[in-house]
Amino acid sequence: MDYEAVIGLEIHAQLLTDSKAFCSCTTRFGAEPNSNTCPICLGMPGVLPVLNRKALEFTVKMALACNCRINEFNRFARKNYYYPDLPKNYQISQYELPISENGFVEIETSQGKRRIGLTRIHMEEDAGKLIHDETKPVSYVDLNRTGVPLIEIVSEPDIRSPEEAGAFLRELRAVLVYLGICDGNMEEGSFRCDANVSVRPKGEQALGIKTELKNMNSFRFVERGLQFEIDRQIELLKAGERIVQETRLFDSATGTTASMRSKEYAHDYRYFPDPDLLPIRVEPALVERLRSELPELPTEKKLRFVNEFGIPAYDAGVLTASRELALYFEETVKLFPKPKMVSNWIMTELMRRLKGEEHGIDSCPISAEQLAALLRLVDEGSISGKIAKTVFDEMFDTGKDSSAIIEEKGLVQISDQGELVEIARKVLEDNPSEVEKYLEGKTKLMGFFVGQVMKVTQGKANPAMVNQILMEELKKR
Amino acid sequence: MLALYEYTAGRLAEMLRTKETSSVEITRSVLERIDAVEEKLRCYVTVSPEEAVKMAEEADRRLAAGDGKPLTGIPIAIKDNMCWKGHRTTCASKILHNFHPPYDSTVVRLLKEEGIVILGSANMDEFAMGSSTETSHWGPTRNPWNVEMIPGGSSGGSAAAVAAGEAVVTLGSDTGGSIRLPAAFCGVSGMKPTYGAVSRYGLVAYASSLDQIGPIARDARDIALLLNIICGHDPKDSTSVPRDYPNFSNSLDKPVKGMKIGLPREFFDKLEDPDVNRVMKDARQIYRSLGVSFVDLSLPHLDYALAAYYIIAPSEASSNLARYDGVKYGFRAENFDGMIDMYCRSRAEGFGAEVKRRIMLGTYALSSGYYDAYYLKAAKIRTLITNDFRKAFEECDAILCPTAPSPPFRIGEKMDDPIQMYLTDVFTIPVNMAGLPGMAIPGGFSSDGLPIGIQLVASHFEEARLVQLSSAFQKETDHHLKRPSL
Ligand SMILES: [Zn+2]
Repeated sequence: MDYEAVIGLEIHAQLLTDSKAFCSCTTRFGAEPNSNTCPICLGMPGVLPVLNRKALEFTVKMALACNCRINEFNRFARKNYYYPDLPKNYQISQYELPISENGFVEIETSQGKRRIGLTRIHMEEDAGKLIHDETKPVSYVDLNRTGVPLIEIVSEPDIRSPEEAGAFLRELRAVLVYLGICDGNMEEGSFRCDANVSVRPKGEQALGIKTELKNMNSFRFVERGLQFEIDRQIELLKAGERIVQETRLFDSATGTTASMRSKEYAHDYRYFPDPDLLPIRVEPALVERLRSELPELPTEKKLRFVNEFGIPAYDAGVLTASRELALYFEETVKLFPKPKMVSNWIMTELMRRLKGEEHGIDSCPISAEQLAALLRLVDEGSISGKIAKTVFDEMFDTGKDSSAIIEEKGLVQISDQGELVEIARKVLEDNPSEVEKYLEGKTKLMGFFVGQVMKVTQGKANPAMVNQILMEELKKR
Repeated sequence: MLALYEYTAGRLAEMLRTKETSSVEITRSVLERIDAVEEKLRCYVTVSPEEAVKMAEEADRRLAAGDGKPLTGIPIAIKDNMCWKGHRTTCASKILHNFHPPYDSTVVRLLKEEGIVILGSANMDEFAMGSSTETSHWGPTRNPWNVEMIPGGSSGGSAAAVAAGEAVVTLGSDTGGSIRLPAAFCGVSGMKPTYGAVSRYGLVAYASSLDQIGPIARDARDIALLLNIICGHDPKDSTSVPRDYPNFSNSLDKPVKGMKIGLPREFFDKLEDPDVNRVMKDARQIYRSLGVSFVDLSLPHLDYALAAYYIIAPSEASSNLARYDGVKYGFRAENFDGMIDMYCRSRAEGFGAEVKRRIMLGTYALSSGYYDAYYLKAAKIRTLITNDFRKAFEECDAILCPTAPSPPFRIGEKMDDPIQMYLTDVFTIPVNMAGLPGMAIPGGFSSDGLPIGIQLVASHFEEARLVQLSSAFQKETDHHLKRPSL
């Protein structure tokens, strides 16, 4: 029997507001433990929350970008559970009447395009962090993160494969980063993903028993964890065994999932409307303002890059993965309107160096103007592609303009017909046996002659002209 | 001649302005009174005499510099659930027995800005859960009119202190009657303002959607003076209502002639106590003589108010009190085995019986499978009750009803019978459920010489009308002038 997987994802994204969700503490990362706190986020007796409107606006932006319906009246609820990283022992979240519902995201995989439904996008507050002492039975609590605003994005169980899950996550992340509302860092936990997974015989409508998967802190781990879990469930079913509804933790060291003791985590959260926060009204005028402020989103941009610049969809996908990279591309193309060439250079040379140096595109030492100038020199035939790569590396290391580097090192391409003819004749004269073999039909030796010319000119000869000239000179023989 | 501690805040403020006395003299007089009778009554959880004198000295400097405000230099006591930076705030609970807030509640900030002298914090039912001030971890407060009797609750310490002269005025908090009931039982005036009129920031929460801070004083004039200070929008409290609040003192001398007072039959049908009946009849007589007319009306859902309250308040309490877990502050059990056991033991040992009862009630009502049947239904009843009142106020300017079904009862009398205890609040709870302002003022005495209060209720943000009606009543009566002999 063939099985198919049914996957729903729950994503938590930390919002990039300056202050926390319900108090004025900073959200800055990396301060001394418990220094970014106040009586409110510490859950002291008598304190009250006041909603950070910026966090609400960020949530509405994400909801609009994901085609969600905005609930004009929505409200916060308390999710009650005891844990030392949660000072009030309840989390301010949303339950009935979230900020938004019923959206979707388009993804593209090797199987083509698909639409993944979103159940809801709501706002809530983050918990603190427990730091466990390895040597003693002691844990420390750091409440700096307590109260940082989060959005929770819940997908419909529309996802059918780990590949789709990966594509969905990448798409969501790209949108969040485009909107400038989340830094999307999975390793540091500002973008987190839990998954609900079940399998069922292909063609079956009813859902199988699901497990909840946690602790997958990279895109790769999500895909690996899901694949392991799907395989595990299918094997169990094939062996005639039952799936246990439970929470399972992904172990990145082994690539497997293992059961968390289920009893300790069986919660009744006793949700009820938070009486400290009145129902929130998202005025239609605000929604319209936020809608008008939405930037071009990755999917639209990708499509436009394909249509407007004629570059392959894959390239467009890479270039639009970050808003800054797409901007860099567009600025370069504006100055040097050969999009394919620009795209090739960005995707090979630039990405190679950025990755190697762990630079982001925003701290790239070569400006769009500088790259355009370099490519223009190549295009005009002033320098060869090979030399251009050397010049590029120098530009990346020093930040200098290409023209300065070329002048300094005397790298201008030799495109003088007379000079090149002379060199070509000299090379042929110096290698009579090779010329003989060539004339007997070993035309592959052309490469050898070109190489010799390049050697003599230290690579500065215009390769297209060299080819042409050699061909003519050999014909004469 | 009266001692300084026996005067009203309004009169003392005049004496301060005319330099007949000083804040230090007033404060010392009250502190001496505390020394004399506190042992008998137990109105306070904490008195801070040195600090009070310091505040009085500062107030005198302000007054001398011509920088005084209307109540600068007047001694006040706050209820032990209002955070006062650096001062023990216990909610009369063992679980917060050593808690010193790192911040000021908004009302304390406002008092400080006014230059009021804070004497200390008044006793109360543990976490404001109770009608008799008997559930306090520090022991019960006694009624100054008869020390065998309860003072009412939960702001029993605040009301008894005003009655006994252990404070000139006080602040209480009212979730289901906790200002009005003890005010009535102690023969003083107390107002619960409209929900949202006074900031709850720094008021240790019992039931957030019902809690409201309000003044307790000897007469309507002092109530108005305190309202002028504490009413106002606070951006730190999302439920605080941004609006302009009037100068309440302007309503003290407005005639009430031509006003219409509603008499909801559901309130009076239940009235069995002959003393309370007589006091209510007398009150009607006085208002009639002032040119007020009466309309009989009905609040059809009133009978469900108590039941709905005992779902909503405990539900909110079960969540509000979850933070007291022994992890961060307050009481932590000494012996425990692991984290969960520490939670359980700290809470089991730190909370009293009534608090635990309400936490359990609320936890149950919010549990999945019960939420719709209890919490949601109670919330709907609340809306119906609010609508009942809204309709009623289309026909009248205010409602007159009893504050409590009986005069004060004996200490211990209802401690083993929670239902009987809960019924004490049957006339006050509906007012909280609808978020309305309500005021209790002395209306007379029982045959045993115990105070009985009458209650006035107005529409949202019509506190001024309550001040007007009670001031008019007090011009015609002297119940509020009587003092217990101690
Ligand atoms: Zn904070």
